[in-house]
Amino acid sequence: MKKKILATLLCVAMSATMLTGCGGGNNSGGDANSDANQNADEGNNAGTDETDPAPAEGETDTPSEEEGGEEGGTAEGGTAEGGNSLTVWCWDPAFNMYAMEEAAKVYQADHPDFNIDVVETPWDDIQTKLTTAATSNNYDTLPDIFLMQDNAFQKNVISYPDAFMDLTDSGIDFSQFAEAKTAYSVIDGKNYGVPFDNGAVVAAYRTDVLKEAGFTIDDFTDITWDEYIEKGKVVLEKTGKPLLSCQAGESDVIMMMMQSCGASLFNDEGKPAMVDNAELKKVMETYKALVDAGVLIEVNDWDQYVATLTNETVAGTINGCWIMASIQTAEDQSGKWGITNMPSLAGIDNATNYSNNGGSSWCITSNCKNPDLAKDFLASTFAGSVPFYETILPSSAAIATYLPAGDSDVYNEPAEFYGGDAVFAKIVEFAGKTPSNNTGVFYYEARNYIATAMQNVIGGGSIEDEIKAAQEQVEFTMQE
Amino acid sequence: MSEANGPKKRKMSLEKRHNLTGWAFLAPATIMIAIMSFWPMIQALILSFQTGKANNLEFGGLTNYIRMFKDKVFMTSLGNTFLYLIIQVPIMLVLALMLAQMLNNKDLRGKGIFRTAIFLPCATSLVSYAIIFRSLFGVDGFINSVLINLGILDKGYNFLGNAFSAKVVIIIALVWRWTGYNMVFYLAGLQNIEYSVYEAAKIDGASPMQTFFKITVPLLKPTIVMTAIMSTNGTLQLFDESVNLTKGGPGQTTLTMSHYIYDTVFKFVPTFGYASAMSFLIFIIVAILAFIQMKVGDKRD
Repeated sequence: MKKKILATLLCVAMSATMLTGCGGGNNSGGDANSDANQNADEGNNAGTDETDPAPAEGETDTPSEEEGGEEGGTAEGGTAEGGNSLTVWCWDPAFNMYAMEEAAKVYQADHPDFNIDVVETPWDDIQTKLTTAATSNNYDTLPDIFLMQDNAFQKNVISYPDAFMDLTDSGIDFSQFAEAKTAYSVIDGKNYGVPFDNGAVVAAYRTDVLKEAGFTIDDFTDITWDEYIEKGKVVLEKTGKPLLSCQAGESDVIMMMMQSCGASLFNDEGKPAMVDNAELKKVMETYKALVDAGVLIEVNDWDQYVATLTNETVAGTINGCWIMASIQTAEDQSGKWGITNMPSLAGIDNATNYSNNGGSSWCITSNCKNPDLAKDFLASTFAGSVPFYETILPSSAAIATYLPAGDSDVYNEPAEFYGGDAVFAKIVEFAGKTPSNNTGVFYYEARNYIATAMQNVIGGGSIEDEIKAAQEQVEFTMQE
Repeated sequence: MSEANGPKKRKMSLEKRHNLTGWAFLAPATIMIAIMSFWPMIQALILSFQTGKANNLEFGGLTNYIRMFKDKVFMTSLGNTFLYLIIQVPIMLVLALMLAQMLNNKDLRGKGIFRTAIFLPCATSLVSYAIIFRSLFGVDGFINSVLINLGILDKGYNFLGNAFSAKVVIIIALVWRWTGYNMVFYLAGLQNIEYSVYEAAKIDGASPMQTFFKITVPLLKPTIVMTAIMSTNGTLQLFDESVNLTKGGPGQTTLTMSHYIYDTVFKFVPTFGYASAMSFLIFIIVAILAFIQMKVGDKRD
């Protein structure tokens, strides 16, 4: 009898393992589906550039992150000296990852035990992981600190207030930061983020190409978009190079133009205000004129965009000052670039030559097991160390929003790459003149549908109709 | 389970015992599938009746299901997906069948190499092949360089910037990726057809065309139905190509349903209820189409 029971048990165990194996196979009946999930995971590492959506929600626990997260968590649980490591997510090796590692070095000078694990995670993945963690009420997968796009700050903190740590009384002196910048990470009067980089818009031009067409960089300073198009046509005719490139289907250029005259896609109550928005109409007309004239070429992704700069396809670009880190990767072009302000929209009342694109802030998650360490780390580096900003500025062009660093001499030093110009002082000046921006919770939806409208206008659609359709779609999305 | 059965066993009839053994074999898989697959599906169904942003969900009845038919973007994506389905699936299946027929030729030299070459695209990751196609069809990509050097074009054509050509590129990419996959099923099906049937047909004086349509296709019918259902299912859930190859653009002209569902949850302020409801619509469509294909394809009953 005993033998029989044993045999039955064995049989059940065997069939269990066998059938569960088959169960997995059953699911893969839908061919593309299961492959897709699997491959999305693999491919995730391939899309490392900032703007590439590498879709992989299943990726939340790759070994390296898990390890780092657990280290921070379990180690500090028992011993007092154990809690000295932090996991950080950010996305740009030449820029914010570099800055974070430098910050760790600064902090290690006083705290030799301190350890940091910086995990390269594209912003889209951070957003996906945050959404997954927050909506399943399981914050274990989140790191201690991550970098958040300013444009997404309001949306995420309002949607998932439990995922973030209130930093208002953390000892970080927020009055030391530019007020317009800090405003992105303040929700209901509480500070949730430590401001990091600034996205003041610069217009960078290849001075040698401009010279070939008979211009200097001064001809492109304090100009309007109309003049820009006229001069751009001349440059295109004489050198064959367009002045500007951007990603098709992205709304960066549109939003930069909008903010340069203090305009927004929403009104003060947070309702979409696109129809009868004179600035938006003018912006879309300008964009269409740029494309029609061939002065602006659209490419399909971020890598191609950066390639147009480094491969000398275009004679310039307009973007947040962080783009300079990418421009500077083409070392052979040193001395051939110049920096000035962006064109303004003619005929608009509050038009300026200054705007903002991007920029990000550090936030501490509620998963952080050692909040005091995280707060102290940020307070004594990103929010308290002028030498730290002096280190990272020349190599990464991380323009500080930390005001005391703005007085540093480093800002007035000439940059050889930009023809010996003191570009950083210039950018700080641009940042000071930038009109503020109203993001709100539904900013990404609005940007998305305005980008669609723009594509349709380029394809021959009417501007009024397309704006109306975009507004309707945003209002539709905002419904509960 | 076996312990509980122990004392009773002696009183059972042989039939009952056999039944019980059968259930014992079935139980582990059934329980696993129920927990891992059906339970989440039921949860998703419940979620699809809830409305609200992020975690602030409340019961909304059929609101989400009514809402999606008023959603212009979702309707656009539905149209796009069906366009891919109607054009791409037949092209791919016919091509796969033709290739399988050619490579089934006994006298063909190096057929192993050809088979491998045609099947190989299936081994590539969906994301990486989509990214490669995107760069191939870029303004300064390989395809444009070839066309310019051949003198067909003066300057690069923006394939992904035009609604029509972007759709064509997606269809080409899909055909490239999945034809070999379906071909393998057909090859397996073809090898199950007795060679003597063909010999008999030859002796009776049947032309190659007649052999193909009167013998090969009818005998391959179960395989064809299966590949058609799988391709339909796969195409309706198309995601990677839309996200990575065209980003749904220009505008929303190549956006697929799954891509839009992803956007509503991960790009925008999440509306999980609405996203689940849209997923269930895809589920219903797949079920209906599969049912039709099975009824049309299977005439045995």
